This record gives sequence, C-alpha cells and structure tokens, in this order.
Amino acid sequence: MITVSDLNVIFRSGGRAMHAVRDVSINVDPGETFGIVGESGSGKSSVLRAIAGLIESTSASFLINGAPASGKRSRDNSRLMQMVFQDPYGSLHPRQTVDSILREALIIHDFDNQDDRILKAIADVGLSLQHRYRYPHQLSGGQRQRVAIARALILSPSILLLDEPTSALDVSVQAEILNLLARLRQTYDLTSILVSHDLAVVAHLCSRIAVMQFGRIVEVISAGDLREGKAQESYTRELIAASRGFSRAQ
Amino acid sequence: MSETLLDVQDLNVSFPSRGGVTQAVRHVNFTLGRERLGVVGESGSGKSTMGRALLGLTPRPGIVSAKKMTFDGENLLDCSESDWQRLRGRRMTMVTQDPKYSLNPVMGIGQQIGETCRLHLGANAAEARRRTLSMLEAVQIRDPDRVYNLYPHELSGGMGQRAMIAMMLVAEPDLLIADEPTSALDVTVQNEVLRILDDLVRDRGMGLIFISHNLTVVSSFCDRILVMYGGKIMEECKASELHRAKHPYTRALIAAAPSLEVTHKELATVTRDPAWLA
Repeated sequence: MITVSDLNVIFRSGGRAMHAVRDVSINVDPGETFGIVGESGSGKSSVLRAIAGLIESTSASFLINGAPASGKRSRDNSRLMQMVFQDPYGSLHPRQTVDSILREALIIHDFDNQDDRILKAIADVGLSLQHRYRYPHQLSGGQRQRVAIARALILSPSILLLDEPTSALDVSVQAEILNLLARLRQTYDLTSILVSHDLAVVAHLCSRIAVMQFGRIVEVISAGDLREGKAQESYTRELIAASRGFSRAQ
Repeated sequence: MSETLLDVQDLNVSFPSRGGVTQAVRHVNFTLGRERLGVVGESGSGKSTMGRALLGLTPRPGIVSAKKMTFDGENLLDCSESDWQRLRGRRMTMVTQDPKYSLNPVMGIGQQIGETCRLHLGANAAEARRRTLSMLEAVQIRDPDRVYNLYPHELSGGMGQRAMIAMMLVAEPDLLIADEPTSALDVTVQNEVLRILDDLVRDRGMGLIFISHNLTVVSSFCDRILVMYGGKIMEECKASELHRAKHPYTRALIAAAPSLEVTHKELATVTRDPAWLA
C-alpha cells in the first residue's frame, strides 16, 4: 500500500542543514496499522509529514497504492491520504463550526450530497447532531479530536496518517479515541500509520512498529515481541524498560 | 521517618465567579511524612490546585479554607504574606511541568540558582556559586561550569528540568511539591529525573508530593497514592497495591490505559457516577 525506500528529509535554514530523516525505508501492507515510535527529535513526525507530502523529501522510490507519489500530487491522490494531528486545539479553525470544517473538505473535492455526508461523518465518530453547529471552543478535547477524525474520514480515504492523536488527551478520553480508531479502521478497511511516543498506545493499535532514533529506524519489531521485550537493539530495550515505569537500576 | 510534615484536614478551594462558585478542591484530608506521596487524577481533578493551595499560591479570587493545615507544626491558615515568604523557597517549594515557562529567560542558569542561595541562605557571592555548582552536579549535569553560564533557551528539556530541580532544592527544603515534573520529557530522560528526585528524598529525608496523570509512573515511583476526581480524594492506597484498588474510578483509570503487560481487544472506558462527588 505504502512503499518508501531511502527516504531523506533535510531542513535548511540560512546556511545550516538539519538532516531530520536518514535513509528510512517503510513498507505498509493494505489494512495494516503500522506504528512509529521514538523520542522527541527522532524524526518520527517528519517521516509521516513526508509521506503525507506536507514537507519536501527525497527518496529512492515512493509508491502509494502502486503509483509513484514523489513530486506534486493530484487532488485525487491527496484525497486518498488524510491526516489527524496531535493538537485538537490547534488543528481546527476557531471561527468555523463543525459543519463548515467538514463541508470545506467536501467543497474542495467536489463531493455531492454534502449534508448527508456530514451527518454520517458526525455519527461515525460518535458525536451527536447537537454538535453540528458548535464552534471548536465549545467542545472538549476528546470531541475536537473526534471532529478532526471526522474531517479526515469524510473524504473516504484509504490511508489514515495519525500523528500523536491521543497525546494531548486524558487517559479515559484516550481510551475512547483509541477504541474509535480501532472500530473505524475495521469498518472502512483503512491502512494507517500511527506515530506516537507512547509504546503502550502503539503496541495496542499496531501490528508492526518501527523504532526511530536520530532520524534512522533502529529496528522494526512486532507488537508481540515488543510486549515480551524481545528487542534486538539495546536502544529499543532501554525504551521498553523506561516505559514500564520507574526503576532504581541505572 | 513517620514524623508528620504536613497535616491537612478538610481542605477546600473554591473560585467564585459571575456564574456561581466552582469547587475545585473538596474536603481533602491527608498527612505527609518524609515520604513520596503521589497524587493522580485527570485534568480538572483539582490536583494542581491543591498543590498550589499548600504553598499559598492560589490565584485570586480563589478562596482556601480548611479545618487544619499545618506544616511542621506551623499553622498555614494564619500565615501572613511575610510568613509565606519565609517558608516558600526555603522550607517548601514546587517544581512545575515545563522548565521553559518557569525559568527566567534573561538570566543565566547559575545566576538564578545563586539568587535562591543568597536570598534564602544569606550566602555571599562566592558561597552561592560554590553551592550552585555542587547542586548542578547533584542533579547530574555533566559539566556544571559550562551550564552555569548558559541561558535557559540553550538547554534541552531534560537539562532545563534538572536545572529547575537544582534551583528548588539548593535551599534544602523539607517539602517539595512536584507538579507533573516529567510529563514534558521523553521516557528515558524522565527516568533519569525521577532517579535524581528519589536520591534527594532518600538522602535528605525530604517530603515529596508528586502530582501526575500517569498511573504507571506514580505507582512505580511513590510510596502512597491519592486518587483525585472532581476535587475529591476517591481513594488512598499503597503504590505497590494500586492494582488491588477498590474504588470504581481507580479501577476504571487502570483499565482505560493501554499497557505493555496486558493485551486488550478494546480498552475499557470510564463511566462516572455522580454519587462519587456527593
């Protein structure tokens, strides 16, 4: 579904260059939820943004659905891949209602039956009709994230990119959103990539997980091996140990 | 070790506004010895508001009331502003979540820590510098002489948090309130910071109130845990026995968190009972 090899992202500002992603190769099968974990600055979000086409990148080959995806994408191609961002406070327009946030995507992509689609999207993410004409500031964090997911799904994409979708939320709200994502990916047969710093969240939703450090993939590990601590690389083991809680041992 | 440092009975914090009174903290009772007490709860549960009330830092127009609130035998309810100034920084102090907002951006790290020494310990400039450098070393900053001259924006998140802990602990307080001290940090750095706090509690016999939303961290780090919801303490238990918690809210929080130990097909969601707040 998504095949990238030797992906590189370099940010240049002034005379300085910052090599954020180095030779990353990822292969995501149809229907799979692929996870990327790493600490801040490891380049995990940059990989996702490069795949979404939000930032410039270079790669040896980059195929989405079997079609080359490097260079400028057509409107139809970008419809197939939608993204949900970390901060539900920053990713929704503060002066637009839920209805107009959802409608804008439909207008851009020339969809018909806009009202029906909006109602369906609202129901899909577990919001009720009374939320349709609310502004983002009238919604809770969890409800806003549901709107962001509805905005992504209203275009019936086949790929969903999730950038830390629950890290700004409380545990109880996180559980609701994770359950929602699990249900939606089944209903709509979605292929997704989930980026998170939280190993437990990634292990919960994903089958395979790439561990990143300093812009490189350290190793790709299955969720089962991750839970059992059967990691090849010492960095992964360190990360797993740290996620299990505090321990005296150095 | 069982000597009581902090004794709080029936603590209430409320914020009057045009729309009515918001009860942020309701009828909270606890005592703290020289130990690590964890306070967990979701956003809006009143855990930070409680921490601030203990330091007399409740913002206007908040009202703090209690039957009893004593720190080392001293009645905190009768404290004047100058009493608070004598206590805060010197005897009791607070580490907050994000070093970016809590350090003075136009003052060098060493200078900021040294200021605490001069103000609270009456140290002269040379003494303040000596204490600052040894404190920076105690929080495992590798090159204290270099960091002494840096500004906050030149430090990483983990280093900034360590510098802040150094600043709070240089006056050797008896009580430290740590409000989400590691939530902004990466997991591997988080454990380093926790180890430093742990050493300081052990070596100096400090009392620590550790406020966090993260059950895994709190249960593995603290001795005792208070679980808060809607401003009230739902349950108090030993950290090692959190998995045997009885209150439905605590149980629901544990079940809602994805875990590396257990595989859930679907995560349990939290249903809240209004009777909990009655």
